Amino acid sequence: MKLLAIETAAEACSAALLIDDDIQVRFQVEPRRQSELILPMMEELLSEAGYTLGQLDALAFGRGPGSFTGVRIAAGVIQGTAFGADLPVVPVSTLAALAQRAFREQDHRAILSAFDARMNEVYWGGFRVNDRGLVTPIFDEQVAAPEAVNRPGGDGWYGVGSGWGAYAEQLSARVSLGLPGYNPELLCSAHDVALLAAAGYQAGEAVAAEQALPVYLRDQVAKKPREVRT
Amino acid sequence: MRVLGIETSCDETGVAIYDSDQGLMGHLLHSQAALHAEYGGVVPELASRDHVRKVLPLVRELLGQCGEERIDGVAYTCGPGLVGALLVGAGIGRSLAWARAVPAIGVHHMEGHLLAPLLERSGPAFPFVALLVSGGHTQLVEAQGVGRYHLLGDSLDDAAGEAFDKTAKLLGLPYPGGPELARLALQGDPDRFRFPRPMTDRPGLDFSFSGLKTFALNTLKRGLSEASVEEVQLKADIARAFEEAVVDTLVIKCRRAVRETGIPTLVLAGGVSANRSLRRRIGAMMVEQGGRAFYPRPEFCTDNGAMIAYAGWQRLRAGQAEPLKFGALPRWPLETLPPVTPDPVPGRSGLLYR
Repeated sequence: MKLLAIETAAEACSAALLIDDDIQVRFQVEPRRQSELILPMMEELLSEAGYTLGQLDALAFGRGPGSFTGVRIAAGVIQGTAFGADLPVVPVSTLAALAQRAFREQDHRAILSAFDARMNEVYWGGFRVNDRGLVTPIFDEQVAAPEAVNRPGGDGWYGVGSGWGAYAEQLSARVSLGLPGYNPELLCSAHDVALLAAAGYQAGEAVAAEQALPVYLRDQVAKKPREVRT
Repeated sequence: MRVLGIETSCDETGVAIYDSDQGLMGHLLHSQAALHAEYGGVVPELASRDHVRKVLPLVRELLGQCGEERIDGVAYTCGPGLVGALLVGAGIGRSLAWARAVPAIGVHHMEGHLLAPLLERSGPAFPFVALLVSGGHTQLVEAQGVGRYHLLGDSLDDAAGEAFDKTAKLLGLPYPGGPELARLALQGDPDRFRFPRPMTDRPGLDFSFSGLKTFALNTLKRGLSEASVEEVQLKADIARAFEEAVVDTLVIKCRRAVRETGIPTLVLAGGVSANRSLRRRIGAMMVEQGGRAFYPRPEFCTDNGAMIAYAGWQRLRAGQAEPLKFGALPRWPLETLPPVTPDPVPGRSGLLYR
């Protein structure tokens, strides 16, 4: 399995090259500079490993939710690359990738990812780790007010993501956290996008370049003008 | 050299292929006008979301039409325009070029418009004066060659197309209102109202159109307050007077620019250059000046991929290219563009009049 993954949905910019059991990663926290950093990261990873795009099985990207522009940078770069190199794409949830990182680095197995979505809302996803060491969703991702997010049953949950910084109190009141309760600093990485994408590729989740589309969750982005009263 | 062009600066997704030997091989356009119409104007986030769905399907269809996968370079609009929308085309374009190991170039949207008449077989030759007139710009530019531009005049407030759209809105016309207003003006009485010709009574080549919109509003209010008001005719008469004022002002400034530069070739470009009244009046004025006016075909007046492929081709074949990154420049003065040397298009029409 050979796969190149990228993630630019929030403050970080990262790329990961997965070659069978080995993963090489570039990761930088550089908000607003992803469009300058991401292609050189991809190029470096390939050239250091001695690979070309044509030798890969697939590409992957963090398809959101996250910053609209950030998610579109990842989608655009992967679309162009996949089209140019004639490769399929595995879209990966950024909420899932962050949960995967919490498992990979800290061995948490019941994870609630929350990104601050502004406008007093969070992007919200709940995950458990399966027997293959991969996170799987336990409910549909959503955008919701922190007071109204999905309440998963059980206890010992671990919270990750910027949503836990902005709305710790409200979110903690909704679920039964374990100890330690949450980490708002943890950022999504292409490392975990690659891990989840490799499994997704085996499961037949790869799509054509033009289907590598963002998932925003928030779809109400503009108000229509009120009818003019006469 | 064969260049793929991608345009996503506002609410049109355009793609095209320009080839050194075959010229324009094909172009496709997806307009988002219907998407934005119910909001009464372009919603930037919706524009970006639509571009990211449309660019690649259009590129795939275009390459299919051309019957060949070969691309030797990629050009994409990277400014001026809506940042989010620009980043979509730039991201896809730059990455596609990287994956194909071909050079890429970010194109200035207004340079695309300015060079669009050169897509035609009997296009103009340098030097020429260009009136760039669209929803975002009203500029007079002296063009000595590709990338050798001198700004002669600019709008101090609303662009001409913006004034058209805003006035159309207050007349109750559906978005995008400019062409609707022009249609309504055909039924208007040219003698009923006379609107001012802003900034024509003083020297210089700058424009100001925001006052005309206010003038139209006041005229409308006054007209509607009259006892026996024929509302449809009133609006048509206002549309007529407004259009004549804008066209007259543009013609006066163009005449001045042609005289001051001594360049007898005028190029009209940008969305408003599709306006028939403007084309007719500019054409007549240039004949009277002993010169000639050039316009792109109507489909290349508005935003399109062909002009981006062509402008990019001019620069790529001169050896210009981007490093391995991309970006968007919402504001980007035309005069800061690097020149392309040597001047690749030999003079033709310019020589006739010198």
